[in-house]
Amino acid sequence: MDEESIAFQRRLKRRATLDIAFHGLVLAATAFALLALAVLLFDVFRKGLGWLDYQFLVSFPSRIPARAGIYSSLMGTLWVTVITALLTFPIGVATAIFLEEYAPKNRLMNFIDINVANLAGVPSIVYGILGLAIFVRGMMLGRTVFAGALTMTLLVLPIMIITSREAIRSVPSSLRLAFLAMGATKWQTIRHIVLPASLSGIFTGSILTVSRAIGETAPLILIGALSFVAFAPRSPMDEFTVLPIQIFSWVSRPQAEFSNLAAAAIIVLLIVLLSMNAVSVWLRHRYEKRNSK
Amino acid sequence: MRLFSRISQKNALYTSIVLMLVLSLAVVGCNSGGNTNGGGDQLSGTIKIDGSSTVAPISEAVAEEFMIANPGTQVTVGTSGTGGGFKKFIAGEIDISDASRHIKDEEKNAAEKNGVEYIEIPIAYDGISIVANHDNDWAKSMTVEELNKIWAPDSKVKSWQDVRADWPDEKLVLYGPGTDSGTFDYFTETINGEAGASRTDYTASEDDNVLVQGVAGDKGALGYFGYAYYAENTSKIKALGIDGGDGAVEPTDSTIKDGTYKPLARPLFIYVNKKALERPEVKEFLKFFFTEGKALVAEVGYVPLNDEEYEANLKFLE
Repeated sequence: MDEESIAFQRRLKRRATLDIAFHGLVLAATAFALLALAVLLFDVFRKGLGWLDYQFLVSFPSRIPARAGIYSSLMGTLWVTVITALLTFPIGVATAIFLEEYAPKNRLMNFIDINVANLAGVPSIVYGILGLAIFVRGMMLGRTVFAGALTMTLLVLPIMIITSREAIRSVPSSLRLAFLAMGATKWQTIRHIVLPASLSGIFTGSILTVSRAIGETAPLILIGALSFVAFAPRSPMDEFTVLPIQIFSWVSRPQAEFSNLAAAAIIVLLIVLLSMNAVSVWLRHRYEKRNSK
Repeated sequence: MRLFSRISQKNALYTSIVLMLVLSLAVVGCNSGGNTNGGGDQLSGTIKIDGSSTVAPISEAVAEEFMIANPGTQVTVGTSGTGGGFKKFIAGEIDISDASRHIKDEEKNAAEKNGVEYIEIPIAYDGISIVANHDNDWAKSMTVEELNKIWAPDSKVKSWQDVRADWPDEKLVLYGPGTDSGTFDYFTETINGEAGASRTDYTASEDDNVLVQGVAGDKGALGYFGYAYYAENTSKIKALGIDGGDGAVEPTDSTIKDGTYKPLARPLFIYVNKKALERPEVKEFLKFFFTEGKALVAEVGYVPLNDEEYEANLKFLE
C-alpha cells in the first residue's frame, strides 16, 4: 500500500467513527425526550389509573375524593372547544383564502401579514385580558361559555390562519392557471381546485389548533371561569369550568387523594387530545390518498 | 393523474359538516342526559361565590351539600383570590365574596361608590404554620422577632446560626407563598409590619403542595403556609412553636381556635351583598352554612368557630 491509500484508509475510518458518533448523539437526544415523556406518563398513570372509572366521568367535583368527578369540567371543555372550532374554522379559512388568493401585494397587506404572524406569538394571558374587557364586561356576556369560546377563538385564530395559508400555498399554481385558462372564474378555481387540494392540510391545522384551545387555562381563569361548578352548561350563556382548571384546583389541595384525582383528569385530557390528533392524522391520510389518485 | 373530481370534493365538505354535527350533538346529548335532576323543589336560582383560594374549599364543600339538599339551586365558586373576589363583588358581579382578610379601605370606598352594601361574616379560623424538616433536631420554636429577622425585606440571614447563636451553621433555605396569596399578605403584615414587605430570595409557589415537598426534602428548610397543609402532612414536616410574647405555642385546632396561637391565627370571612340576601336561596344557603357548615369546615382542614359564634351569625340573619 502506498502513502496515499493509507491516508485514505485512515480518513475513511475517521469518517466512519464520526458517523457512528453522530448517530449516537441524535439517538440520545430522542431518547432523552422520550424518557421525559415516559416518566411523566408513568407517574400520571400510576397515580390516576386507579381513580379513573365511569363514576369519575359522570360525577361532579366534591370535597370527598371518592365522590368527585369531572362531569362539569369535561362538558365545559367540550362546549368551549366545539364553539371555538365552529367559529375558528370558517373565519380562519376565509381569511387565509383572502390573504393568499385575493389580497393585492401592497404595504397594507404586508403589514397585516406581519401582524397575523405576531399575534400567533402573543402570550395567551394577554388574550384573557382582552376577553375580559371586550366580551365579559364590554359586551356584557358575563363569565359564560360563549365569552370563553370567543376569547379562545381570538387566541387560536392566528394559528388557524397561518396553517390554512400554508396549505393553500402548497397547491401548485400550474393547477390554478390551467383551470383559469379554461375560463373558470377566481371563485370557481378556489372552490374546485384550491380548497379540495388543500383540505387535508387545513383539517390538520384546524384540529391541532383546537387541541391547543383544549389545553389553555390562563385566559379562561382570567375571564373568570370558575373552579367549582356542579352543573354542566346547558346553553352557551351558562357559567362553566374546564378540565385544566379542575386539574389545577385539585393539585393545589392539601389532601394527597386530590392529586390522584388530578392525575386521573390528566389522563382524560390526554385521551381527548390524542384522539383529536388521531382524527387529524386520519383525515389527512384520507384526503392525501384520494388526491393522489 | 386525474384532477380532483366533484365527488371527492363534495365528500370532503360533507365529512367536515358531519363531523361538526356529531361533535355538537354528542355535547348536547350528554348534556341533556346529565341534567335530569329530580327537580320540583321550592328553592331555585343561582348563587355566585368568588374570592380567596384559602376559603374556597369551605365554600365548595357547603355548596356541594347545599345543592344536594336543594337540587333546584346552582352554586358556583371561583378562586380569583381575596383581592380579585372583592373587585367582582364591588362590581356587583357576585353575591358572596370569600376573603382571608378584612375588606380594605379603598375597597370599602369603591363599594360605597357603586352602591353595594354588604355584611361581613366570620366562618372559620386558619393558622399560618411555620414548618421545618423532620431532620431538623435543633429548632423547636421561634419568636416573632426571629421570624422578622429572617423574613424582613433587608434580611441578611443566611444560616440557622444567624438566627440564634446556639443553632448549627446549617444553610437556611426559605419557602413561602407567592405575592398573590392572602397568606403572604397576612404573614408579611403580621411579622414585618407591612403587607407585601418581604425578602424576595426565597422559593415561592402559589401551590402549597410544592412548598410542602420543598421543606420535606431539605434539612435546612424553613417555610410558612396555611395550617390545613401542615395538618395534612405531619408525617413529612414539623411545625415550630411560635412565641408571641407569652411562650411558644404550636399550631393545633385548639390553640388556633382559642387565640393562643399568636399572632399567626386569623379568621376567615365571607362578605355577602345585602341585595342578594333578600333572595330566598341566598338566605337559605347562609342558614345552611352556619348549621351544617360547621362539620364541613373541619372536614376540609380548617378550624370551625365556636357554636355560639355560628348561632350569633344565624341570629344576625333573622
